[in-house]
Amino acid sequence: MLKNIEELKAYREAAVVAYGAQAEKIIVCAGTGCVAGGSLKIYDRLKSLMEEKGLHVAVELEVDPHDESVGLKKSGCHGFCEMGPLVRIDPQGWLYTKVKIDDCEEIVEKTICKGEHIERLAYNKCDCIYKKQDEIPFYARQTRLVLEHCGKIDATSIREYIAIGGYTAYEKALFEMTADDIVGEISKSALRGRGGGGFPMGKKWEQVKRQKALPKYVVCNGDEGDPGAFMDRSIMEGDPHRMLEGMMIAGIATGASEGYIYVRAEYPLAVDRLRTAIAQAEELGLLGDNILGTGFSFHMHINRGAGAFVCGEGSALTASIEGKRGFPRVKPPRTVENGLFDKPTVLNNVETFANVAEIIRKGADWYLGIGTETSPGTKAFALTGNISNTGLIEVPMGTTLREIIFDIGGGMRGDGEFKAVQIGGPSGACLTKEHLDMPLDFDTLKKVGAMIGSGGLVVMDDKTCMVEVARFFMNFTQNESCGKCVPCREGTKRMLEILERIVAGQGKDGDIELLLELADTISNTALCGLGKSAPNPVVSTIKNFRSEYEAHIYDKRCPAGACQKLKRIVIDPELCKGCTKCARQCPVGAINGKVKEAHSIDLNKCIRCGSCITACAFHAIKEE
Amino acid sequence: MNAQFDYAVVDQIVEAHDCKQSGIIAILQEIQEHYHYLPRDIFPRLAEKLDMSEAEIYSVATFYENFSLEPKGKYVIKICDGTACHVRRSVPILERIRAELGLSASKHTTDDLMFTVETVSCLGACGLAPVLTVNDIVHPAMTPDKASALLKELKEEIANA
Repeated sequence: MLKNIEELKAYREAAVVAYGAQAEKIIVCAGTGCVAGGSLKIYDRLKSLMEEKGLHVAVELEVDPHDESVGLKKSGCHGFCEMGPLVRIDPQGWLYTKVKIDDCEEIVEKTICKGEHIERLAYNKCDCIYKKQDEIPFYARQTRLVLEHCGKIDATSIREYIAIGGYTAYEKALFEMTADDIVGEISKSALRGRGGGGFPMGKKWEQVKRQKALPKYVVCNGDEGDPGAFMDRSIMEGDPHRMLEGMMIAGIATGASEGYIYVRAEYPLAVDRLRTAIAQAEELGLLGDNILGTGFSFHMHINRGAGAFVCGEGSALTASIEGKRGFPRVKPPRTVENGLFDKPTVLNNVETFANVAEIIRKGADWYLGIGTETSPGTKAFALTGNISNTGLIEVPMGTTLREIIFDIGGGMRGDGEFKAVQIGGPSGACLTKEHLDMPLDFDTLKKVGAMIGSGGLVVMDDKTCMVEVARFFMNFTQNESCGKCVPCREGTKRMLEILERIVAGQGKDGDIELLLELADTISNTALCGLGKSAPNPVVSTIKNFRSEYEAHIYDKRCPAGACQKLKRIVIDPELCKGCTKCARQCPVGAINGKVKEAHSIDLNKCIRCGSCITACAFHAIKEE
Repeated sequence: MNAQFDYAVVDQIVEAHDCKQSGIIAILQEIQEHYHYLPRDIFPRLAEKLDMSEAEIYSVATFYENFSLEPKGKYVIKICDGTACHVRRSVPILERIRAELGLSASKHTTDDLMFTVETVSCLGACGLAPVLTVNDIVHPAMTPDKASALLKELKEEIANA
């Protein structure tokens, strides 16, 4: 237990020495993705092989460092999940991809013992071999700030975090700054909430600081529910202390004494890592009562979600922490004055808190130099869908979609052509080719009716049906509607029914207008953000791809060829020999034609069962 | 209250949370981790211990998707149907698994209480899509055939148990 600043400084010095003593570091990715690929077994295998060789293996920073020790660590997610399991070799900065258990022997033999690079394990694209992680195009064009440590440090070690400068911002906030200084610095940095709304964090802190009621709370929203987004998961798993540090600084700035982290139930590993991190901080005396003799006390709690998307909404989240159903409530009063347990509450999401320590450490001016004028800093995006490099990236605000998708993301997967990207999940909108060169930041996106949301980017190619995408998202929000307010509960259901009809080929004239009317009503009258934004995917797909809706409704045709019920089965008259076999096979008598003459299919009768396709010996029948 | 039901587990969990009402979600989660579902018998006991109405506790238990009032199977298979998995064709995997286990959208658990099949909106493992989990272990880049092989493996595990 550290009792004062001198002890903390001494602890840090010892940690720096121990970190430096590890001449070589082997870092195995232990993020959810790589663990699923067997990275923990790789870790164990490397450990036993290294021990067999008589190497001094240090699985944690040693109190009494050994001169020739090799550090073996489990890190958080690197973001390049597609190429996992990943093993990084430092100080060279090499990255080995798709490592298998059988590769371990060679890694120990060549790389660890002799310092040789193993070419076949390096990332290879278009016959170009990338030795170093930072040279890989996926990483080279990123600016990693909140993800800086993810993949590079041991995510389960507070000593290591401290060794590389962790908790120095906390120290500065505790000993060198007043609460006003901290709030002033955050306000000056113009940091905006990364959870979707983009509300200025400094303003929020200022408002909580002004409140008289006690106790005050700091709540971290780790209920990352948007399908296709996983940046918060990666931070919680890969660099949990960075987030805790941000929350603790928020505590000093606003006079709060309790912190709550609300994590999705689907993220067991994140819960695990956070629990470890909190226990370590408590043990060191960075959390608890009278921290480092300053008189400041702060306690941290973890709440696991129980599977309700709506709990990502602020007032629903605090209700859930209180042990109630996750219902949002009418605002005002706002969370800053009447939040958790009806007390003043700072509520920000994981990525936002992860930005705080660096701003305090390096100052607001440094931060303002990154990103755009009104949206400084970086944003983490989760790249998924039909794109070559799926994974987690971080770029300065204002980066264009083209750079993200084609430079970092490596372009489209397969031979599909870029059609659209869904940004911001089920509350977001789709952006198309014409938006490719638009800078991504809070305000520019708002102008085109989209939002950054949590940062999910789902890339879609020309084989994706936009009506079906809208139906998919509406199905999601409809399922997750909590049922408290009528516009969302009933409105989303009606919208979903219409969309289901359209993709089933039963759309009617007037459906598009009705959808837009419902969307307008729901957006304007729903109680919370979930309902207000639920129609966004529908409105934006109608705006950008109206012709696809019309094709479904009027021509009973899916231009992308994705909607099963709208598939057409046709007979090529050139290839048809008129053998009549298909007509005899058809269960509904939809095929007409005379012997030795080309047949045809009555699409009104056809049930798209495909039995004629298998029956035809001349491959004359096709789906289109 | 059911005299036959052993309340030792429930009592221990509630007491570990200092009988606090705000702990109800965590309490239900821990009870579910033990029984794999929420047995009806626990509600009156919880109501008494936490000084809440049964209706209130029931409202929380039914609001959150993760709680189940029906017994779940030994192996809980969750198929991700989030955006990323959906566009990489997760539905055929779900259909294959349901077909092989004789389950459907309305019947989630096999009669022998060995398998429960559910869908989830996103597991946050989008880079590995499509994924499924078996008792929280992630299986990446699935296909219908890989799912069949996995089921075969699990069934062998049951037979050898």
